[in-house]
Order: sequence, then structure tokens, then C-alpha cells
Amino acid sequence: MKVTIDNITIDVEPGTTILQAARKIGPQVAPPAMCYYEPIKGSGGKCRACLVKVTAGSERDPRPMPKLVPSCITQVQDGMVVENTTNPQVLEARKGVVEFLLLNHPLDCPICDQAGECHLQDFAFEHGVSKTRTVEERNTFEPQDLGPYIQLHMNRCVLCYRCVYTADQVTDGRVHGVMHRGDHAEISTYIEKAIDNDFSGNVIDVCPVGALTDKTYRFKNRVWFTKPVDAHCSCDKCSGNVTLWYRGEEVIRVTARKNEWGEVKEFICNTCRFERKKTSDWVIEGPMKVARHSVISANKYGANAIKPAHPLKQAAEQYKQIDDTRDRSFLEPQKQLK
Amino acid sequence: MKILTQYIDVPGIETIDVYRKHGGYAAVEKALKTMSPDEVTEEVKKSGLRGRGGAGFPVGMKWSFLAKPEGVPRYLVCNADESEPGTFKDHYLMMKSPHTLIEGMIVSSYALGAKSSYIYVRGELMYVIHILEKAIQEAYNKGLLGKNILGSGYDLDLYVQPGGGAYICGEETALLESLEGKRGNPRNKPPFPAVKGLYQCPTVVNNVESIAATSWIVMNGGDEYAKIGIGRSTGSKLISVSGHVRKPGVYEIPLGITVEDFIFADEWCGGIRAGHKLKAVVAGGSSVPILPAELILKTTNGEKRLMTYESLSDGGFATGTMLGSGGFIVMDETTCIVHNTLTFGRFYHHESCGQCSPCREGTGWMDKILYRIEHGQGRQEDIDLLVDVSKKIEGNTICPLGDAAAWPVAAAIRHFRDEFEWHVKHPEKATQPGAVFMREGASWAV
Repeated sequence: MKVTIDNITIDVEPGTTILQAARKIGPQVAPPAMCYYEPIKGSGGKCRACLVKVTAGSERDPRPMPKLVPSCITQVQDGMVVENTTNPQVLEARKGVVEFLLLNHPLDCPICDQAGECHLQDFAFEHGVSKTRTVEERNTFEPQDLGPYIQLHMNRCVLCYRCVYTADQVTDGRVHGVMHRGDHAEISTYIEKAIDNDFSGNVIDVCPVGALTDKTYRFKNRVWFTKPVDAHCSCDKCSGNVTLWYRGEEVIRVTARKNEWGEVKEFICNTCRFERKKTSDWVIEGPMKVARHSVISANKYGANAIKPAHPLKQAAEQYKQIDDTRDRSFLEPQKQLK
Repeated sequence: MKILTQYIDVPGIETIDVYRKHGGYAAVEKALKTMSPDEVTEEVKKSGLRGRGGAGFPVGMKWSFLAKPEGVPRYLVCNADESEPGTFKDHYLMMKSPHTLIEGMIVSSYALGAKSSYIYVRGELMYVIHILEKAIQEAYNKGLLGKNILGSGYDLDLYVQPGGGAYICGEETALLESLEGKRGNPRNKPPFPAVKGLYQCPTVVNNVESIAATSWIVMNGGDEYAKIGIGRSTGSKLISVSGHVRKPGVYEIPLGITVEDFIFADEWCGGIRAGHKLKAVVAGGSSVPILPAELILKTTNGEKRLMTYESLSDGGFATGTMLGSGGFIVMDETTCIVHNTLTFGRFYHHESCGQCSPCREGTGWMDKILYRIEHGQGRQEDIDLLVDVSKKIEGNTICPLGDAAAWPVAAAIRHFRDEFEWHVKHPEKATQPGAVFMREGASWAV
């Protein structure tokens, strides 16, 4: 089946979605995805970040689709023509989605463990605008304790449902889910029950933001100070293929291996993730492949060292630009109101 | 011409004996004994009956889309989760005459070949559920439900399922999720319910009123039904009227009467309450665009607006609205449109399921902005911001709730922008109890 995305034509299998076809072409045309996660069945269609315009439905029926369609769940037809970054309507809608996702997001990146490997950061950086239009107070939730390994920060959650589907498909019994609805919907276990399961740690890896974080790694480091190394061990519960995150000689975190789209292909067990934190537990394969532009590779391997003078100057300039000068005085009487 | 409510005021019509005395269940006998399922579908197609839940999709066409693979059960689900603010017609019909719905369910299930059918009723209406369950038991006792109905060899089981009282479960795929016992989140489409619906089997979801009308169509023929009404808006429609009219309530109207007649004639609403003037109308439940008096009575080309799907949507959303579910909300000059829009906005904020981001975050944002404007803390740019937010929600969501939340806000600003600006510019006046902006020279101004 032939499909044309942003004027690039590619041949794909029937049943492929637009997003998968675009990923085959390459990252320059692949729409962003906040909720879609290829290894998890049923994910996708929720965040609306991957909306694209179909300007011709198929060879047989070349009418355009009336609405923007979520590319992650829309299957390609032979002769379909799709516009992603070449369509202003798509870019406008995507700007809207960034704005909506950030509306109640705390923007506490400086203290968030996910910073540097956060999909929402990437998404907002690539598709968002620098100024916010909201003056409203953000919705907040109390932090919840989900047992010894996993910390939930509901404030940061974008309700992608990935962790819910992962718990359904990878673990043998889901105890957490989405409670309530609308913008007060939250991920929760019923009455703060602890998540206790051999594969529960995978929800941390699939979380696109810092809502579910590893308690054994919390506040220990920033991801760009660590050095990721691929390693394996013989484990009777899982494949044992992992990435070790070193700071100096110390393994400070173990995660599953992710592909270039940030997706875990082989889920790992909690023993590998939380218990085996000595180099002697593992057979080291070599450094993990990190994209050159990624903040994780910064300052590590010499070739792409960031020279401090330029970024510092840039930061100083940009800081002035994003300096918040909005007038909030009209909000003052609101306190008496509620 | 009354089709659904002809005998609704007969004492005891909720019992099967009285109902049968007035010609009840004759359609079941006619359909099961003399017609094939395809003939029933054909009659419904001929009638031109359009879905009464809001979207107005032709019922016969919907039925013919139903996939019919071998060895897979098919289901008919009746959507009685009526929760749109301003709409209370199904509630009234089921409460007064439950057998009208049950008769329609049997006929429609027969046409679709469904062996089990469900009536999904909104959870708040527990007493209606009891009425329905009692009526279904009566029908079972008379051999109108169960195995081998009236000796025809057709089996049907009918179940009543209470919902949890969520507006979103009126969306057909959310309804099916809820019926399966899951969280009421709308599904991504395609696949549509006609291919993969309840328990992944082909399913038709129809509104109470659409299903109830099918038994009359079977009895009298589709052509007879198509004679009522104008053009593609055939038959009768239940309209639930609320607001500042003399006689609010549920009316069954033949489609095609003028809006002016409907509001002012004594036969229907009886005019605006004494001493007041018509300001605006929400013609089809809270999610359709509001229209000011001059646009609801006449279209932009000077014709009288009719109570039909086409005439009400004449002019698109710029100067038109929709017939929707028939929740007719009439407002006189004492109504503050900003306050009304806030009420609608708050409703959609509360009822969004939270699955897709534009609706989840957008409805809350619009509610908060409207709250500020209404309470004297609005800014001039908030009005344009509201329009922009509504545009970014509209069409970008999984289900139509996003559209339903965006339309009333966009329409209120489109037609009553001066009222929003007055709230922003004169917060001290606008926040006085009962303060309403009077547009100079408007037909409702006093």
C-alpha cells in the first residue's frame, strides 16, 4: 500500500497506521505521540498530539477526511495523502494540544526526575508557544504513596492511560486505574493501596512525564549527569536486557531498554529494576545509543560537548523573553470570592 | 397528529391490559406474523424517520449498516440515558407509557435479528427503571417477550440496565462500555458500533423516541409516517419546553410547524410569560448554539423558521442552530446570557470524561474563564480567548462532547458579544443581583 506523508511516498503493509508509516519514513515527519505506545495494545487516540490532516482518503475514494484524524489509530489506505507538518491547521491544533496539556501541568521541571527524558518537554519545546495565556490557578492533587518502589505525582499526569494498559497487559492484576472524570480525573489505587507485583516497575518506564517515578532513584541525580550502559543478566522472570544508569562507579538506576521513539520493547521485572544495583550483577555490553541532540549525551563523549559560553549567553537572552510580565492584579479579589 | 402520546393520559396506560385495549402490541403481532425482518427495515427506511437523540441520522439507514456475520449475535441497545440539560422527553414517555417503548423494542429487535436487547437508563431515574421492569415482566407474562413470541418462533430477552448518572454515557460507545461494566469512556471510531459494538458484536444504538416510533410505522406504513412533516424531516417529534413560557412541558408536534407558532400559539407553549419579551432560544438541548429572538423566528432570508432539522440549521452555525434532541429552552429579557453560558460551561466541565486532552482541559478552562467574567474579573482578551479555546476543542476530540461544550460558548459570544463586553467593562454593574444588559434597539429591550 502506498501512502504519501508530507509529500514523501512510502510502501507499507495493510493495517499499518499513519503514525507507524510516518515513523518508517523518519523522525522529521513522524507526528508526536504522548499516549500511543506501540507495544501496548489499545493505547492511543487520547492525547490528540498526533492529529494529522488526510487530504485524500484513498485511491478509490480521494475525498479528504472532514476532521483531523489521530494518526496513531487511523489505518492507511492505498493512495492516502496525509499532511503533517505541512498543514497549518494541524500545527494550530497541535499548539492547542500543548497548551491544554500544560494547562494544569505544574512545570516543576527543575525538581522533576523526568526532566531531560520527558516527552512533554520535547513536545512542548517542538510544538508549543513560549507564552501562556492562562491566569487561572492550576488543579492540584495530593501526592500518593503507591508502595515501596513507585511514587505518583498526579499533578504532572497527562492521563495517557499507558500505565493502566501496561498494568493490564504486563502484570497479573491491575490495582490502579483512573478515578473521577474530566480535569479532576486521577490515576489512583483504590484507597491508596500499594502496587505490589513483579512487573509493576514498568509503569515508570511507560509514563511519558514525571507522574510515576522510581522511588529508589528519586532526587538522586539528573539524567544528563548519568551515563547509560546496555547490560544483561540471566533472569528467570524476564529477558534480563536492561540499561544501567551510572553516576561515576555507582549504578543509580536500572530501566528497560527503549527504542528511538522512547518505547520499551522488552519489559523487565522488579528484581532486575530495583534489586540488582551492583556492576557485578550484570554483563556489560557497551554504551547505550543516545541521539546526538539528546541532553543525556551532553558533556559526556567529548565530541558533542556543549561549550558553556554560548548557551549561557543564549539563556540570558531567553530569560528576558520569557520573563513573566503579565498583570495579575485583577486576580486579587478572587480570594474573597470563593 | 399524535403518534407517541396519543393515549398517554389514559389512566392505567402503564399496565399492559389498558395499553392493549388501546391498540397496543398490535404492531408486534403484525410484524412477527406477517412481515419479514427486512420488510420492517424497509418500512422504517420509507418513513424517513431520523434519530431523535440529537444527531438526526436516518434510522433505517443506520439499521441497514448493521453487519450481519454468521454465528455472531447482534444487539439492539436503547439509549435512555437522556441527560442533556433542557431535554426530558424520553423520561416522560417511559414514565407514563413504558409499553410504547417495549413494543418498539420488540419490533426493532425483530427487524435487526437481535435476540437480546438492552434499555440503558440514566441512573438518576430509578423509579422509571422500576416502571420499565414491571412493564417488561407483564410483557413476559403475556408471552410478548421470552421464547417463541406469539408462536412466531422469534425469541427476545429484554433487559433494563441503570447507568451511573454520567452525561457521557449518552454517547453511544461510552454507553456500550458502561453496559459492559467498564468505565464510561467513549471508544475511538472506527470501528463503529454497527460493526463492533456491545461485546465486540454488531450493535445498533437508538434513542427511546426513535424506537418507540417504529411500532406506529409498522402499523400504519412508512409512507403514512412520511406524509407528516416537511421534506426530510418526517413524522412527529417530542419537544421538551422549559424556561420563560406560559406552559412549559413535553409536546408532541408534527415536524414543520413554525417556531413562532410553537412558542406563541395557545396549543403549544402559549407565549412568553406575562409582561415579558422573547430574548433567546436554545432550540435543541444545551449543546446546540443559542439563537437570539430575531434569528430563531426568521431565517436570514426572511422566511419563517420551521421546527424541522433543515430549517433550524439554515444558515449554518453563523445564523442557525440545530433541532438536536428537542430540548427547547426559552429565555426572556431577564436572562443574562453570560450567566447562562457559565451554567452550560460548568455542566460540560463536570461531565467531560477526561479521556482526551482538548475536552478534559478545555472545558475546565472555559468554565474558569466564564466564571471570572460573570463575577466581574474578566478581561477584554478573555472573550477572544474563549472563542479560540472553543475552536481548538471543536472537532479535535474523540466524541461529540467536545463539540457540545464548544458550540454554546462560541454561539453565545457570536450573538451576544456586547453582553460579554458589558460584563468586562462594567463589573460593578454586572455583578449586581439580577443585573442584565439591555441591547439598545433590540426587540427584547425594555
